[in-house]
Amino acid sequence: MINFIKRFYIGIIFIFLYAPIVTLIVLSFNASKTRAKWGGFTFNWYVSLLQDEIILQALWNTLIIAFLSSLIATLIGTAACVAMQGMSKRMRTIFMGITNIPMLNADIVTGISLMLLYISLGVRFGFSTILLSHITFNIPYVILSVMPRMKQLNPHTYEAALDLGASHIHAFFKVVFPDILPGVLTGFLMAFTMSLDDFIITHFTKGAGIDTLSTKIYTEVKKGIKPEMYALSTIIFMTVILLLLVINIFGKKSAQKAPQKNKGGIKL
Amino acid sequence: MKKELITLQNISKSYDGQLVLDELNLFIRENEFLTLLGPSGCGKTTTLRILGGFETPDCGKVIFDGRDITALPPNKRQLNTVFQKYALFVHMTIAENIAFGLKIKKKSGDYIKDKIKYALKLVNLEGYENRMPDSLSGGQQQRIAIARAIVNEPKVLLLDEPLGALDLKLRQDMQYELIRLKNELGITFIYVTHDQEEALTMSDTIVVMNQGYIQQIGTPEKIYNEPENAFVADFIGDSNIIASTMIRDELVEILGARFACVDKGFGENTPVDVVIRPEDVELVAENAGTINGVVSHIIFKGVHYEMEVMANGFEWLVHSTKMFPVGTKVGIQVDPYNIQIMNKPVSEDEEAATIDE
Amino acid sequence: MNRKKALQAPYLFWSIMFIIIPLCMIFYYGFTDKTGAFTIENITAIATAEHAKALWLSMLLSLVSTLLCLILAYPLAMILSGMNVSQNSFIVVIFILPMWMNFLLRTLAWQSLLEKTGVINNILHFLHLPALNIINTPTAIILGMVYNFLPFMVLPIYNSLVKIDGNVVNAAKDLGANQIQTFMRIILPLSIPGVISGITMVFVPALTTFVISTLLGGSKILLIGNVIEQEFTRAGNWYLGSGLSIVLMIFIIVNMVVSSIFDKDGEGAVL
Repeated sequence: MINFIKRFYIGIIFIFLYAPIVTLIVLSFNASKTRAKWGGFTFNWYVSLLQDEIILQALWNTLIIAFLSSLIATLIGTAACVAMQGMSKRMRTIFMGITNIPMLNADIVTGISLMLLYISLGVRFGFSTILLSHITFNIPYVILSVMPRMKQLNPHTYEAALDLGASHIHAFFKVVFPDILPGVLTGFLMAFTMSLDDFIITHFTKGAGIDTLSTKIYTEVKKGIKPEMYALSTIIFMTVILLLLVINIFGKKSAQKAPQKNKGGIKL
Repeated sequence: MKKELITLQNISKSYDGQLVLDELNLFIRENEFLTLLGPSGCGKTTTLRILGGFETPDCGKVIFDGRDITALPPNKRQLNTVFQKYALFVHMTIAENIAFGLKIKKKSGDYIKDKIKYALKLVNLEGYENRMPDSLSGGQQQRIAIARAIVNEPKVLLLDEPLGALDLKLRQDMQYELIRLKNELGITFIYVTHDQEEALTMSDTIVVMNQGYIQQIGTPEKIYNEPENAFVADFIGDSNIIASTMIRDELVEILGARFACVDKGFGENTPVDVVIRPEDVELVAENAGTINGVVSHIIFKGVHYEMEVMANGFEWLVHSTKMFPVGTKVGIQVDPYNIQIMNKPVSEDEEAATIDE
Repeated sequence: MNRKKALQAPYLFWSIMFIIIPLCMIFYYGFTDKTGAFTIENITAIATAEHAKALWLSMLLSLVSTLLCLILAYPLAMILSGMNVSQNSFIVVIFILPMWMNFLLRTLAWQSLLEKTGVINNILHFLHLPALNIINTPTAIILGMVYNFLPFMVLPIYNSLVKIDGNVVNAAKDLGANQIQTFMRIILPLSIPGVISGITMVFVPALTTFVISTLLGGSKILLIGNVIEQEFTRAGNWYLGSGLSIVLMIFIIVNMVVSSIFDKDGEGAVL
């Protein structure tokens, strides 16, 4: 009985979380152009999506910004984590405090503050301002993913590598890096996800000539969302699920080979 | 003989199809210090958890003071547990930790205060009332965990490897402390450990377990001097375990040589295992003993020398206060009383008794 | 030593340039007028009827949705933490996965679900239940907030619950506590850091949102986020927008302080 209630409750929450997603997927196959009614099944939106230059351009912008910003954030963030290992406790607290600002601050405030910065510096709004902003809010996700791994690290392994004659760089890449790698990857993925899903900060820092998927959708809200957008979202969502399944199957296989290595996972 | 307080009847338990306890039968007397001893995975902790009420056995009964408590939840049982790694409530002060059980039982404030004082005195931590668990050392946390359990005046205290996380010196001190506590409180202690030295030092009764089966129950002396099978002999202390043949009563052939012994009733020409403790192997001049050998290793251990003597194809482990340099030819001699004869495992039950090496 | 400096330099530069200085800019604009003279008018502007009403509504809606998130999330986190899932990343994935469907589209989908002739009302009609007319009301906004921010409440609570040593719970039972006593005296107090972290993670975005109110509240309902957003993108009055943001930041800072008190490790219980 109690088990039934538990399952039922999880089921309800699950429906709550996924009902909108199912709705969007259904809408992507809806022949009627309006959201309001079902006009029969069609693949048309998927076909016309391929010819929609504007949406494809927005998709390209979104992906390239997500990729570049999370890559750069991963480099800067990982370097910062390595540096923080050797810091005094006080310095580290200050560093982590700064790291937490974009996490705890409201997106709208972060967006506005960056907008004011670019205005004061006289930077032209566009691709680069979006990229800089995304790097900024992505770094904390990387640091917060890598830092716990860094703390678990046995400092003596690094010293042992040096003792055995490795150079600092060699010791880092052979001994330290493999251990923090799961954290680095998690950080990169988190950053990528956050960048992809961001609307608010992009909204304030994008300028007129450029759109990401989020800002494109926002401008379409008033006049009605193009059904191609539903089709594109469905493709993205399905791709991610497929990737996860592949990773899961692949991960399980490698986990059987090396049972200790699979502990990283995505830890939010 | 003191009266039986707890009886475990035909207890079986399995996890994911893997049998952890198989038809275990055991009784525990009042005011006894009983130790469940065995390697990890032998079922000792599961037995303790069944006693504490944290696991329900698949079948079998737990009888406590004449009452079946198999299905009774832990909060209704008259026993308390000292957990592995202490399991203190980190969000409460030491006093609040100790008072926890008493507050649940709605004891008066004065009573609780007295009890906290008494318990802290008992574990030698007076004045620690307002400290937080995090600020205490491992040994101190351990004492608090004990204090927290005993203020509830349980009839039985269950201790799950309580000294496992402490360093050697502290562990030895705590062993004496636990014996003192047990005597002062006059209650039953059921103690789980994989450390044979701990078990030998503290227990009235030791239950040696392996792979879900009880291998032997007895006093520390009995377990040490008269192990019933090769597993017990090997697990408790160092020993020479040699496959031998019982020629007839009071005569055994070990490595081709005949030794007098005191055991009877094994039949004639029966294969057996023989246990000889290293301190019971006497080294004498060549040809003066039953068999001859050559000293192959020697280490100074403080109290004695530990030597290995190669004789008749077997490396004998010998503890002796006399030193024989490597290469010395010696004779080996064993007092008949010090030869312990054990049956070879035959049934499936006893299969678990063989040593995996 | 130089190696360490080289490693920390990029982040140090980045955080000063893109975190500290921009925040100072908000304060600069918030306390000046168009001529560059010092003023506190942008701050006191919060007291005008229109702004005060928007702030009040924002606070009300964000408090209600935070509370709802907590009520929904705690039992869920309890159930999930008790499930003994071998891979606990699976649970995280379930809550992160929806993020791969665009946030705006997900929220918009609620329009389709809630509309007069939408899916939910069709189902209600089929069951002969009264129709649900909450689209373009504050209720719809609350629903949108709960929907979007629920994962941020579940995950920290879940993380704090799975961290509790099973033997600590057993110890409480062993000392005579029943289920309710064990929960009230042990589990709940030990999960408070997660709860606080969850509240912080939900309250701030709910208080400052302008998207959810735009998408689900029609154009009539203005939250403080909408007011600020309009000052920046439409009215072009950055001074007033910054002033109002400073007011908003007071709440955010209080939130940060509270969460840092409970988060002693300094690494955010969220991640």
